[in-house]
Amino acid sequence: MAALMAILKRDLALAYRQRAELLQPMMFFVLVISLFPLAVGPESNTLQVIGPGVIWVAAILSSLLGLERLFRDDFQDGSLEQLMLSTTPLAMAALIKVLAHWLTSILPLILLSPLLALFLHLSEPMYWALLKTLLLGTPILSLIGAIAVGLTVGLNRGGVLLALLLLPVFIPLLIFATSAVESASMQLQYTAQLAIIGAMFLFSLALAPFAIAYALRVSQT
Amino acid sequence: MWKWLHPYAKTERTYHLCQSLLPWFSLLGLLVIVVATVWGLAFAPTDYQQSEAYRIIYVHVPSAVLSKSLYSAMAIAGFVGLVWQVKTSFMAMVALAPIGATVTFVSLITGAAWGKPMWGTWWEWDARLTSQLILLFLFLGVISLYKAFEDKQQAGKAAGVMALVGVINLPIIHYSVEWWNTLHQGATIMKFDKPSMPAEMLWPLLLAILGWALVSGAIFLIRMQNEIIRREIKRPWVVELAIKNASASKGK
Repeated sequence: MAALMAILKRDLALAYRQRAELLQPMMFFVLVISLFPLAVGPESNTLQVIGPGVIWVAAILSSLLGLERLFRDDFQDGSLEQLMLSTTPLAMAALIKVLAHWLTSILPLILLSPLLALFLHLSEPMYWALLKTLLLGTPILSLIGAIAVGLTVGLNRGGVLLALLLLPVFIPLLIFATSAVESASMQLQYTAQLAIIGAMFLFSLALAPFAIAYALRVSQT
Repeated sequence: MWKWLHPYAKTERTYHLCQSLLPWFSLLGLLVIVVATVWGLAFAPTDYQQSEAYRIIYVHVPSAVLSKSLYSAMAIAGFVGLVWQVKTSFMAMVALAPIGATVTFVSLITGAAWGKPMWGTWWEWDARLTSQLILLFLFLGVISLYKAFEDKQQAGKAAGVMALVGVINLPIIHYSVEWWNTLHQGATIMKFDKPSMPAEMLWPLLLAILGWALVSGAIFLIRMQNEIIRREIKRPWVVELAIKNASASKGK
């Protein structure tokens, strides 16, 4: 337990010292979203219709950008190998690393979301639904994404490949999240969608750590 | 119970098994596919609603059926490889992936060609079409991950993990897409009731599915042999085989 806390602290400290690198996906997130009003026109009705989808797609893309650094530095300087040799179960250590990554590179995106909701003229109920889907859904991005990152960490040109592998897998999440916001825009219940996203989150929380650990071991040979 | 499988972890045994199965699959497959296609395209009765256009079913349905079976086969091969560390199993997975991708692509193309006269559009974001498209992406992901690695042993494991992630996701994708579509637009043009087919139409269809399965099996066997040779090129038995084949062709 103490070891896991140490890993969490170390990762948070490292992330804090590389603030500039953490800012890049956030900037990307804001930039992509501000492109949409320019591209489809500033009509507030149109923006409201495409808004939830745009925010979710941008969140997925920028989380992909940030994901790459999840294991990369540790893999290159050999601390990942030390982690594998240590008595701490690798699955737990990987889970903690994913948590640290989520806190440092996804949570800021969620904190930015009120601003983006204003950009895209989302109504208040829509924004609350969006926030809930982001809070429940983005951990799935990190957990499943980490499996693919673990597999591609040894390759030098992992970036595009990561997107190729992960985007199809994220489609169900995207569908349920945007439909929750859409229901909210029509003042309908969206507990069902949230429940499904929650189920996907718990499922990936239960299984992904082991897959991540296995993926890292494959990469480390 | 699984003891009979163990010898086939050895590549040489598997190679010769493929060799002996290949004529059965290829000859029978060609025969069945020719009979089914000719029967379906020329002799099956005309549909009263869709007239002659429905005949593409004899290509479309077999490819669509096979695409999902090939994905499952690929994932099972990956699973066997990951759990029991069977090297030939990864080779089978790699041999299956491009066949599956091709068949999925064929089903999409023929679907589009069928959609144009029937629904008046090449592409519709219908649940089935969309999940088939995602299936193609999943195949391509597995293939490109495998190609990205230099070390093929490592590549097999990585692609196996990805195939399993995909297979867990497939039902979720399938149902989510179905739900998404019914939510966005009700059943409008896409609802063509599955008519319980008359036997004269059904038989060639079943035969066509069987024929496609056999031919895919034959292609798989050839690809599997190639994969084994490519990976084991330095083994004595491969060298011996090459020498034997070379002298046989010289003798002709």
